[in-house]
Formats: sequence, structure tokens, C-alpha cells
Amino acid sequence: MIRKLLVANRGEIAARVMRTAHAMGIATVAVHADPDADAPFVRLADEAVRLPGAAPADTYLRGDLIIAAARDTGADAVHPGYGFLSENADFARDCAATGLTFVGPSPEAIAAMGSKLEAKALMERAGVPVLAGAAVTEDTDLAAVAERIGFPVLVKAAFGGGGRGMRVVHRAAELADAVAGARREAASAFGDGTVFLERYVVDPRHVEVQILGDTSGEVVHLFERECSIQRRHQKVVEEAPSPAVGDALRTELGAAAVTAGKAIGYVGAGTVEFVLDRAGRFAFLEVNTRLQVEHPVTELVTGLDLVQLQLRVAEGEPLPPEVIGASITGHAIEVRLYAEDVPAGFLPATGVLHRFRIPELPGIRVDSGVTDGSVVGPHYDPMLAKVIGHARTRHEAARTLARALQHAELHGVTTNRDLLVGILREDDFLAGRTDTGYLTRHDPAALGAVEGDGVRQAAAAALARQARNRRTARVLAGMPSGWRNVGGPPQRVAYTRGEQTHEVTYALGRAGLHLEVDAAPLGGSVRLLSAAPDAVELEIDGVRRGYAVHTVAGVSYVDGADGSAALTEVPRFAEPDAAALAGSLLAPMPGAVVRVLAESGETVAAGQALVVLEAMKMEHTVAAPVDGVVAELRVGPGEQVVTGQVLAVVDTTAGR
Amino acid sequence: MTPLRSNLDTASETYASNRGAQLQLLARLDEQLELVVAGGGERYLQRHRDRGKLPVRERVELLLDPDSPFLELSALAAWGTEFTVGATVLTGIGAVEGVECMIIGHDPTVRGGAMNPYSLRKTLRALEIARVNRLPVVNLVESGGADLPTQADLFVPAGRIFRELTALSAAGVPTVALVFGNSTAGGAYVPGMCDHAVLVDRRAKVFLGGPPLVKMATGEESDDESLGGAEMHSRVSGLSDYFAVDEHDAIRLGRRILARINWRKLGPRPAPHPEPPRYDPEEILGIVPPDAKVPFDPREVLARIVDGSDFDEYKPLYGTALVTGWASIHGYPVGVLANHRGVLFGEEAKKAGEFILLADQTDTPLVFLQNTTGYMVGASYEQGGIIKDGAKMINAVTNSTVPHLTVIMASSFGAGNYGMSGRAFDPRLIFAWPGAKLAVMGAAQLAGVLSIVGRASAESQGKPFDEEADRKRTAAIEAQIEAESHSFFVTARLYDDGVVDPRDTRTVLGMSLSAVHSNRVEGRRGFGVFRM
Repeated sequence: MIRKLLVANRGEIAARVMRTAHAMGIATVAVHADPDADAPFVRLADEAVRLPGAAPADTYLRGDLIIAAARDTGADAVHPGYGFLSENADFARDCAATGLTFVGPSPEAIAAMGSKLEAKALMERAGVPVLAGAAVTEDTDLAAVAERIGFPVLVKAAFGGGGRGMRVVHRAAELADAVAGARREAASAFGDGTVFLERYVVDPRHVEVQILGDTSGEVVHLFERECSIQRRHQKVVEEAPSPAVGDALRTELGAAAVTAGKAIGYVGAGTVEFVLDRAGRFAFLEVNTRLQVEHPVTELVTGLDLVQLQLRVAEGEPLPPEVIGASITGHAIEVRLYAEDVPAGFLPATGVLHRFRIPELPGIRVDSGVTDGSVVGPHYDPMLAKVIGHARTRHEAARTLARALQHAELHGVTTNRDLLVGILREDDFLAGRTDTGYLTRHDPAALGAVEGDGVRQAAAAALARQARNRRTARVLAGMPSGWRNVGGPPQRVAYTRGEQTHEVTYALGRAGLHLEVDAAPLGGSVRLLSAAPDAVELEIDGVRRGYAVHTVAGVSYVDGADGSAALTEVPRFAEPDAAALAGSLLAPMPGAVVRVLAESGETVAAGQALVVLEAMKMEHTVAAPVDGVVAELRVGPGEQVVTGQVLAVVDTTAGR
Repeated sequence: MTPLRSNLDTASETYASNRGAQLQLLARLDEQLELVVAGGGERYLQRHRDRGKLPVRERVELLLDPDSPFLELSALAAWGTEFTVGATVLTGIGAVEGVECMIIGHDPTVRGGAMNPYSLRKTLRALEIARVNRLPVVNLVESGGADLPTQADLFVPAGRIFRELTALSAAGVPTVALVFGNSTAGGAYVPGMCDHAVLVDRRAKVFLGGPPLVKMATGEESDDESLGGAEMHSRVSGLSDYFAVDEHDAIRLGRRILARINWRKLGPRPAPHPEPPRYDPEEILGIVPPDAKVPFDPREVLARIVDGSDFDEYKPLYGTALVTGWASIHGYPVGVLANHRGVLFGEEAKKAGEFILLADQTDTPLVFLQNTTGYMVGASYEQGGIIKDGAKMINAVTNSTVPHLTVIMASSFGAGNYGMSGRAFDPRLIFAWPGAKLAVMGAAQLAGVLSIVGRASAESQGKPFDEEADRKRTAAIEAQIEAESHSFFVTARLYDDGVVDPRDTRTVLGMSLSAVHSNRVEGRRGFGVFRM
């Protein structure tokens, strides 16, 4: 029986594992790198042990430190989560060697599946359909091998996952570079640079089957998941069941997966990945010997808790009847909410997540690793959370999930939310026409383009600011906002939203609100129904909408039914630069010139020392106030100067 | 709680016609205020902008805390005179970095911001308000100096500006000058007398004599920058404490100065979260009849002005032509004296005297709501000592030291104006509604009195009395007095601090009360409260 479980992972999966452990009465231990010291999963754990440093290689990949942490805290089991050490056979062996229960398959199974090459060979022997491919060594004749497989060819890390170290090669000429690159990436990410080549199926569906084995040798499958929508080989949307899989195919896939599992004596939760082409033919890709990121969709359609089952199997229990007789109820869709800039090419985004709120809707599950105020740094995977919708049908699940995302308050960090909402509402997706080329055919920037232009949001931000200003006023707080007894200019505030600037002008008077954004009214009739620092209600041409406004450090995050916007307030007064006083350099006091450090005509930078004076036994440096060219030097060494005497003139225009 | 109960019938014809008449008056007020805002007009405004300068109202908006209120004073100064309405200067009370300030800004689009006799009176009144209420002063300076053709009316009293500024400084009330343009000759003393001076680069010109005058006086060749530029004054003369790169920077610096004066108001703070009145202030327009002869119940007005419409009336059964009682406005406790039926009798005068003494005893500010035709005349009243009773009231008003705020709602005639803390009795602030009438007596009465006096004079001299000429003269006098009683005519001469929309009365009084609480609020001590 497991009494205390160390979770050798971070973020949402660490928290998710701990929740189930706690529900089962199992104590938990977190390990954390320095940037995660305040992360929610650390707080959730009963005990936590610091892994000094930030880089994964110094922290979450340090099996020795983690085993030491387990020993120090008296943990008797280790759950590796996904990624990091989850598919590291040595770590699993080391755990076993120190008497720790590793929640996962045997080191042998991990090792067998860890090498994708060996795994494929093994599966081929067991009768599981596989793709043509070949291993690559230093002396492999790449061209010949590729010729045999046929282009396009996929270069893949033998040990690894998550799309890292993968390259698609269309021409022989690119092959060598791709292999070298994949090697480097694999070596740095997984500690082993072995790669292999495989026939690349263009735009297949990515379908995987959840398997579960127990120590008695029983292996069952818990149906398929489809994870075709990917960007850069990273899954974005996952669902169960697959819209492309009918009952017959499901049975075939399930049987192949169970065959694969049994071939390696699989114990615990694992996933057999397949590619599925348009004709419905499938081929083995790999076995992931761990819990998958997307496991919640299986949990929702089967009603099972996979982590609980993992822990039970690890405790030696046989698979319970509800697993043996599992069935699918409804449809579940998971999206991965990433901190990333989609239009900029999925660049990871960082920052402080000032607010993270996803509305509670029936059937919506949120597995998140963050909370209000979390810092999203550059060290780890930029996934903030998984949001999963479960409903009677696929359409309903997509619809509710899209609403939950659209109404989520995600403040402070750029996310792929708009892209996710765009996918969930897109016709091809809703028709089930999904494959790995989905985000190539559908431009992510266009999918994520939000209707509306932030104008109403800017108005809401200004009106909330107005309410805040009144509420925080030290005097005259009870007076009507912006009250004037004689007319005059309206109140004015400007915001930037990305490249855009919005200027809001408004007056609140007896006649109600008069407001313009960028010199245009919001509509024919505009009424302000209420304004508070965090909420504004506007009625525009008879349509009433509420806007939640959250302002942190000059940025207003506005969420409304017609869109969200992050608006940065433009300060009323620009901070003047230090170069306010350009031109002549004057002697600050009487004294003697000790040194002249520049020549006439020399280009100088602001702050550069030009003349050194000595007065009252102290040296005083006179520096260039601005970038420019020394137009005149009026003094030389040894010369006596008086206060205010011009020493030099710096011309700011000559240099430009 | 003693909430007032309104009997106003908003569905009645009287209400509708009263409201219609008030809206007409307000439309005329708005017309004039638009002229004030327009300043020197579109052409001069554009020329000003083309020079990269901000209009005075935009300067003020930038200076004020965002979304804070601004109580502009004496907006219609110089109305109906040869000078532009508004008198080339803007004055008012507003918050800068949470400090309530008196803001005085020249309007350079009107004759270069030159000061005429009305500008001077308006400026001096603003400085007086600043002094008696301890309001820090921010001058937004850009003025060509004196309007020279009117120098005879200006030169002697204008020195008082500098005296007021330095007296404020001595009293511990900081003064600031933000110089955006011309500030020459006498104007140069504004930054000179202020505690803090900010000069805008290449815009500010602060010198006693410009290049032509210097050339005339000494033959010296000079230019604006060397005589009075911001850089010279910041580096050499030290007149400028802060060098501003542009107008925005000057206003930014002005705000920073106010942020650092460590300001503490001396009066007590208002009670937090005051309740709004239970009745809509909008309805005040339907209360006030256009005909000054028709009285109205000031309790209806109070129900739309005071916090929670909560009013504890003092001596409600005695001297009922004057309503007195206790209330609060925007959290500030006040004693209210409001005329009910125009005339003040002996009872009303004595009631007012006692009430004022009570307010002084408890350091409670007083609000006077005027609608008075004066003290009662007639043999029995004279014999009953109406003069002595009126004198008691005027004595109490005069020597009361709690802040007085006065609103002339309708009539303000005769000594009633004095007894109800009119301009001559130095209320801290005094405002009028647009329908207010102010004179020694009503126009018809005054013309009639003159006619009777004329007839008597003719009779005593045995001369024939020209009835036709008398009718004409009487009509002309009545028209003249009527015009001179008009609220615009009165406010134009700085006899009040502005004509305000009756619906804004609560806000105007709230801002005024907040301003007066910048100073100590202390009543007169010495005697007990006389039971008169």
C-alpha cells in the first residue's frame, strides 16, 4: 500500500496527481525547481523539497535528487507524471533499487518502448501494423535509406516525445542537416541523440489508444483519442472518441493496442499511438509508457480516474470490473491553453498571469498549473492549463468549451485562447475533418482573429478607470464624476492595444454619457448603465453588454461578450528624458580645466565625459548632455573658468 | 432621521410651467457659457494652437486630477460690458494631486490674455477665496499684462495681486506659477511672488522690460530669451525653479509640486458615504416660479439638496417666513437659513440671530438660501422695533465666524440681502440661480417710489406734474432697474461667484463646503447664545 507519494513533476500534472492521491488518503511530496517555489502544486503538496536551479537538467531531470527527496521525506512511491523522467528506464530502475514504487510500467517495458526503433521492430513481430522506416547511425547511407522509405521522410528522436527532435524532410538534399539538427535537439532534450527515419504519412489523423495493464498480465484498452490538431508536432486539441473511428475500427484499434501492450507485458497506464490515413488504414507509431497529457478526455467519457487506477495497479491490485467493462458516454474535447503568441508564430509568451479564471460551466473541467499571480517564465513548457469539455455530443462539447474559453479571464500573458475558440467554432473541425495538416490548411492567425476592434473594450476600460479614480479620490470623492459647471474639453484617456492606439473622450453629465473612441461614437444611442472599477455595463443601440475590467499596473484587461482586450494606458504626461537641456555645456563652478577629453567635430554620446574641471581640490566631470557632435570647444587644459562659462557646445542635429 | 416629505406634484401644470420657465433661463445661461468657453473665438484659438500652445481650458484639464470635479467661478464676469464675457481669465476650485486648489488661468486667445478691470476683480476675488479658505493657488500664466487703455482703473488696485500672493505664502498656503508665455512687466511678479515657478522652454517670457523698452531706456540691444527665457531664468537668474521642455511638462511639474507640499486641510473631514437626497434634484426646476412675487417652500428645495433629505427644523412654529434647521451636505454638517415667504419680520430676524449663534457655538457652517424682499415695513413693525430686530440678525451674521455659503434662489432685495449674508457680509462663496433678482428693491417698487417722490416734490414746489413724462420716466427706470437686477448683470460685476444651474446646487455647495474646510471651521466665542 502506498502511504506517501512523491510526484516527480511540476505544473498541472503534479497538481492533478496530488488531488487523486489526497482523495485516496495518500500523502504527497512535491519537488520543485526555484522558479516553481510558489507554484500551486507546491502549495497543494503536504511536503515539498527544493531542487536548486531552474533548468530541467539541474532539477526535474535529476533522478538522484528526486530519489534523495523521497528518502528524506519517507515517500514510498514516485509518480513521474509525463515528460521529464516519466519514460526514463534508469530512473524507474533506480526507484526500484531504493525500494520506491515507481508508478508506471517496468523498466524493461519503458526501455523496450523508449527506443522507437526497437519498439517498432517488436510490434512488427507481434503483428501490429507499422510504417516503413530505418534506424540511423553514424555510417548510415541516408540517401539510400530514404530512397527505400520514400519521401517525405520523418526524422525522429529514438528516445523522446512531444514533437521535440522531429523534422519532416521532403528532399534528399535537406536530409543530412535535418538528421544533425534532430540529433542535437534529442541529445539536449532527452540525453540521447539517437534518431531514426520513418515514412511520413501526409496529413494523417493521429489516433491513440489508452491501455491499462495490471500485474496479473491483464491488458485492456479504454478506447481511442484523436489528437490530430497539432502545431509544430505539439498537440493542441484532443478528443475522445475520434470522429473518424466507427465501432468496427474501434475494435480493430483496440485489439492492436492490447496486442502491443501484451507484447511488452505492460503494467499500468500507457498509450499506443497510431497514424490513421484517409482510407481508414492505421499503423503503429509508438507506445508512450506514461500518463498522457490528454488523459482527461478518456476519463470523462469512461468515468474512470486513470491516476487512481495507476496507483491501484502500482499497489498490485487487479484491474477492477468497471475498467474491464468500460464504455463510452458522450464526447470529450480537451484544448491546451498555452502562453504563446499565435500570430507571431507560436512564440512562447512570458509574464505575470495577473488573473486566471475560467467560468464554471457544466461539463467543463480545468486542469491547471497556475493561479492568479503565477509567473510564467521561460524555463518550462508554456502550457498554462488544459480545459476539457464533456457533453452528450461532440458539437455540444465544442460549443460549451468554446464559451468557457471565450469568457475566461486570462490577464497578463498572451495566450492561444483565441485560436482555440476559433478551432472549436470552425466548420471543418465541427464536421470532424481533422488531421495533422489542419493548422496548415487553416491559418492559425486567421482562426484566432477576433471580431471587433477593441473599441468598446477601450470605452469600458476608460469608464472603469473613471469609477476607480472617483473611488480613490482623496478629496471631493462624492461629487459627480468629471463635474463641470461651465463647459470645456471632455475627459481624455488613451490606450494602446498591440500596435493600435485608442483615444477615449467622454463626459458624464445630466444628459448621460457622451463618449467617443477615436473621435467616433460607439453607436446611435449609448447609455452607461453602471460603472465600477471592475465592471461596466453599456447599452449601445438597445443592446446591453457587461464588461469585466481588471486593471493591474496600468494595463486594463477587459472581458466582454463581444471580446477581450488588454489595454495599456498611455500616461497623461510623457516622462521627459534626461536630455531636456540640450546644447551648451556650462561650467558648474569656478575652477581650472584639468583635461579636455574630446575634440572639436568628434561624435559623442550622451553622458560621455568631455571636460574635467578642478575646483576646491575636487574634480568635476562635465559630460555631454545628449548624443551629438562637438561643435565648439572653447577651453583648453589649464584654463581658468567662471561659473556659467560655456565650455563646449554639442550640436544634436549635425550627427543625424 | 427626520426626512423631509415632498408635496411637489410633478404632474401639475404649475410644475410644468415653472420648469419650462427655468429651462428657458438655463438656455440663456448656456448660451453665455458657450461664449465664455469659446474665449477669443475660433480664429484666435487656431492661431494659438498653431503655435503649439494649449487653450487655457485644456491646460486646466491636464492639471486637474482625472475625473475630478471643477467648480469654475465668476464665469460671466464682464458680461454685458465692452469686454469679452469671462474677462480673459478662468478661475475655479479643483483637485490637483488630491489637493484642492484655486486655479487662475489667463486666456491668451482673448486680447493676448490682457487684464482689464473685470479680469482684475475676478483674479482678486479668486485670491481672496484662496486666502480665506486656505486654498493653494496655481497660476497658469500667459498674459500680455494690463489692457493699457484701462490702466487708470487697473494700475493702483492691481498691486493687490502681488500682495495677495505673498500674503498667501506667509500664511502657509503654497502658490505656484506655471508660465506658458508672456508674463512681462507687472506680470513678471506673478512667478516672482509665487513660491514655485515653472517656465516653459522658448515660450515663457518673464522680464520687467522687453527688448524695445530696454533699447529706449538704456540703448542696450537684447532679445526675449536673454531677457526672460526659461533657460536663462532656470540657469542664471534662478527665478525659475523648474525648466519645462513644453506645456505638458510644465503641467506635469506643477502636479508634482502639489504632490509634494504635504498638504493638510485644517477643517474636519466629512462623514463618509453620505446618502443622496431622496428626491431628484432635477425637480428643483419645477419648484421655483418665474414670478418673484409667488413664494415657494424652501423645504422642497432642501429635500433635493441635503443628505438623505434629512432636515431637523429649528423653531418650526415661530417666525415661519424663515426656515431654519440642521442638515448635512455631502457629509458636512450645516445650519440652513432659507426664506419661505419673502418678508422678514421681527420674529424671523430674532430666530435667525439665535440660530446663527447656535451654529457658531457648535462650529457648524451656515448655508443661506435667499428669496427675500427685505424686512417688513409699516408703522406697527417700526414701532415693534423691526430695525432693532433686523440689526440683531445683521450683527449675528456679521460677527459669526463659521463659514457662510449663500445661494440667491430668487429675490434678494433690500436689507434682506444683508441679513441673509449677501456679498457685503463676506460669505466664503456666494452663488445665484439664473432667475435671481438683486437690487435695493424691486424694479416696479423702485420706479413707483421715485414717481411718488417726484409728485410730492412738484406739489411742494407748486409746480405742475407732467403725468406723461412721469409715465415714461417710470417705465424707463423700471426697465433699467429690472435689467440691473438680472443675475447676469449682478454676476458680471463680481457681486457673486457665479450663476449656477439650480439642479447643481447640491454639488456646488458640496464643493464649496469641501473648499471652506481647507481652513479651520470655528465659530465666534465669548457670549452665550442670546435668547432674543
